[in-house]
Amino acid sequence: MGKARVFGWGFGAAAAALLLAPFLFSDYTLTLLCVQALLALSLAFVWGVGGILCFGQAAFYGLGAYGYAVCSLNGADAGVCVLGGVAAATLFAVALGAMMFYGRIGDVYLGVVTLVATLILYKYMNSTAGSEYAIGSARLGGFNGIPGFTPLYVPGRPDWPITGTALYALVALSLLGCWALCRWLMQRPFGRVLAGTRENELRAELLGYDVRWVRLLAFALGGALAGLAGVFYAVWAELVTPELFSLGTSADAIIWVLVGGLGGLAGPIAGAMALGALKGLLGAQQMVSSLFVFGALLIGVVLFLPRGLAPMLVAGVARLRAPRGAAHTTHTAASGEAER
Amino acid sequence: MDATLADLIGLVYTIATLALVAAGLALVFGLMRVINLAHGEFIVLGGYATIVGVQHGINVWLCILVVAPLAVGLFGLIVEWLVIRRLYGRMIDTMLATWGLSLVMTGGFSMIFGSTTTGVSNPLGAVSIGSIQLGGYSLFVIAITVLLFVAAALLLRHTRAGLIVRAAMQSGDVAAVLGHDPRRIYQLTFVVGSMVSGLAGGVLAPLTGLAPSSGAQFIAKAFITVIGGGASVVSGTLAASVLFGTVAKVFELLATPMVGEIALLVAAVVLLRVLPQGITSRWLKGWA
Amino acid sequence: MTIRRRSILAQGAALAIGLPLSMSARAADDIRLGSLLDTSGNFDAYGKPMDMAADLAIAEINAAGGLIGRKVRKVGYDTQSNMAMYTRFAQQLVRQDKVDVVIGGIISASREAIRPLLHREKLLYVYTPLYEGGVCDSDTFLTGETPAQQAEVLVPAAVKKWGKKAYILAADYNYGQYMAKWFQKFLADAGGSAVGVDFFPLDVSDFNATIGKIQETKPDFVISALVGGAHLSFYRQWAAAGMKARIPMASTTLGVGNEHKVLTAAEGDGILVAYNYSPELQTPASKAFLAAWARKFGDTSKIHELAVLHYQGVMLWAEGVRRAKSVKQPDVAKAMADGTSIEGPSGKVAIDGATHHVSLDMHLIEIRQQKLNVLQTFAQRAPRETQAVCDLRKTPDASTQHEIKF
Repeated sequence: MGKARVFGWGFGAAAAALLLAPFLFSDYTLTLLCVQALLALSLAFVWGVGGILCFGQAAFYGLGAYGYAVCSLNGADAGVCVLGGVAAATLFAVALGAMMFYGRIGDVYLGVVTLVATLILYKYMNSTAGSEYAIGSARLGGFNGIPGFTPLYVPGRPDWPITGTALYALVALSLLGCWALCRWLMQRPFGRVLAGTRENELRAELLGYDVRWVRLLAFALGGALAGLAGVFYAVWAELVTPELFSLGTSADAIIWVLVGGLGGLAGPIAGAMALGALKGLLGAQQMVSSLFVFGALLIGVVLFLPRGLAPMLVAGVARLRAPRGAAHTTHTAASGEAER
Repeated sequence: MDATLADLIGLVYTIATLALVAAGLALVFGLMRVINLAHGEFIVLGGYATIVGVQHGINVWLCILVVAPLAVGLFGLIVEWLVIRRLYGRMIDTMLATWGLSLVMTGGFSMIFGSTTTGVSNPLGAVSIGSIQLGGYSLFVIAITVLLFVAAALLLRHTRAGLIVRAAMQSGDVAAVLGHDPRRIYQLTFVVGSMVSGLAGGVLAPLTGLAPSSGAQFIAKAFITVIGGGASVVSGTLAASVLFGTVAKVFELLATPMVGEIALLVAAVVLLRVLPQGITSRWLKGWA
Repeated sequence: MTIRRRSILAQGAALAIGLPLSMSARAADDIRLGSLLDTSGNFDAYGKPMDMAADLAIAEINAAGGLIGRKVRKVGYDTQSNMAMYTRFAQQLVRQDKVDVVIGGIISASREAIRPLLHREKLLYVYTPLYEGGVCDSDTFLTGETPAQQAEVLVPAAVKKWGKKAYILAADYNYGQYMAKWFQKFLADAGGSAVGVDFFPLDVSDFNATIGKIQETKPDFVISALVGGAHLSFYRQWAAAGMKARIPMASTTLGVGNEHKVLTAAEGDGILVAYNYSPELQTPASKAFLAAWARKFGDTSKIHELAVLHYQGVMLWAEGVRRAKSVKQPDVAKAMADGTSIEGPSGKVAIDGATHHVSLDMHLIEIRQQKLNVLQTFAQRAPRETQAVCDLRKTPDASTQHEIKF
């Protein structure tokens, strides 16, 4: 079965699932799961396709959220603020990326720099409780964060708020749109060069491609997607706190991508939603610590399913469809993952 | 004058805590390129071991210096056997698996010990530097760190075992060809690294309160110090600790502790931009 | 006497059908009290006894027949010391569980995370812990002590006892920042001054550098608004540096979560605090409360200031419902603001209609041998600092927190 057809089926199934889900589950919870899926998508693109292990995806997530909150408290229109939040995240991604890629930092050291970047933001935002820390009329609030900004509304019409099911629809559609966008990019020359850079950086460079520029673009796109996820989080939660920048948020994103399947896009999206739901269920009970379960899950996946759940599922499905030594391979949409 | 001396001791103390916390991770990373992201939780485990030992009536010094390292060393042995040894050579996978381990340990701590902050009383009294009083325990921390690093340097440079370890660090294959089983060396190194982490936890227990999530404050700084230091265990960790500790202390004195923390992080980024492989990729190479 | 079988059958059938119907109707008819408390994580030492206090209050209310003929049922969530959880569960309480009131929130950050939301949804909110004052919100009642009640008693006493120069240590979030300003104001009013002010994020547990810094400025005493489990290390490290014997200390937060019992006597003795309640109070009301708690939970060692304030908050709301004869929002708020008062474990607690805060007794307390010994009592102190800036009778739809400008 061709890759495009697999993707088509997968995308269609996901769209249908997202359409029907609000009838079964609360759209409030579903919106959060879609936001997390979008964050996972951003890291899946940067890491799975681009080969850049970013330990600090939370930085862009938080900047998007804070960007929206600050902008909205300063009285700007909601549409402007959404763009503002995404812009803040993207600008930071460009700056950080330029410093890293043009400085030839690679491999584990890249992970450290991105980790440090998000830590700096986290510590800094936690220390802004004093009244002197404000951007315009928006107090940064330190540990408390920023509450009380206006929820999302139709741009230009403050009396048409987008909350509840409408917000869910918007976030779900954005998720599907961004997924399709990333998928499309992967098929374009840009995506191919990016994959080549991931596989063998030296070879790509010797072939004449500007590796630094390609990586910077990918990193910036990842930052923009994470920033958008952050904006949606802000309008959903109605509160932004420094926790958004924390190591825990970055770690969550990494776990979602890894468990879902590094290298693909569908796997991480599904992984984020499944694990997010699991976390919610675990958090509601007191018996077993949710951290314990998650940690054990992560160790299990790394030891026994190093490629993540999605490839395993897909391979399983393919084997079911062709039980007697099929002629075609079982490589499907989740192919191309690097041996990391 | 007193204040300056007190500040100076404070500086040495900052460097010492940084080095002590990073030591276990440095040993394991330097030899096996394994980044144990559960390192912070190993330290916390050492602290909890000390607390439990004290609660059972064992002398507090014995707990800090013997019980904690042994307990965590044993735990490290189990972890190595169950998880780490299957992931040698796969750096990213080890990072992720140990991250999972850190979550398991944090969850485990809160299930076993509860989430309230506990601690042990400081066993040493105060010490006067002129008109300024210091916790005498800070001097103990400095002393232990110095002893630890001196012992490590001596072991690595002047004993046969140290020679074998350094050889395996430089080339595992050649060491294997010469008859030294790298797996055994790695296992031993991981256990010793765990013991060092346990010692750090025991030493730090009387100073800071311990809660299940305390590990997070250690891992970031340890990770940054180790990466900044580079491949050499002793000289790299010391060099990075001195650099980062000084930056942190200076900015802390000029402004607030928060600014000091952020300055440390910024210094790390700058260092990695300039020397992507750490300090000892350029200077103090091959020192051990 | 003829027993008419048909009528018995008919009555039996009616009973059989009616009983489950009436039971379910009664269950649906319960008054739902939404509770948001940290019963795990960094603040669980505060949250768990508060939760127990809420259970005790609700049990007592139901044992006395409920409110307006209906039982009270708690719908509670553990917010895990995570502020984002507060907003999330508050939304859930409003939209899914459709509660009639929210009584919860511990540290000031958690209150501000949900207050705007609850005001917008026009849901009654009762915040019970002591805090930094200034909140002026038509849908919120704050039943804990404020700086004019607590710090205004503590600071002059400390200055009188020890001297005019103080070093201020505070947690780095809105509570600590505001309290630091209040300390400076009350110090100035008493003829004193602050020789240093330091703020610490809630997860900081290494205070050695600060201890050195404090000594260099040579204050007469140290006053702390440190919060949470990590900050407890300060008191240990302070004693370990031998400073306990040299420079005395006062605090507006040490002890609200029984921290004085976690510290040793050597680490805690002599520290001056001021609270609404102490288990050492020998009043009949306090003794009755301790007995009731012991009957329900076994031992009284977990009781602390925040738990008692929480109990009193629930009781104040219950009294408001009784007086309003309804559980609907504007009615209960109006009744509560209209001179509602109760006799709690700490004595009389009366709501001030203009500010939605309370007047209550304050006690100057010294920590000694891990107990809170009452030195002096100040009866029925009013929330003057909020009264100066807030009058909900004139601004009936207000929803803001006034900040002290100093």
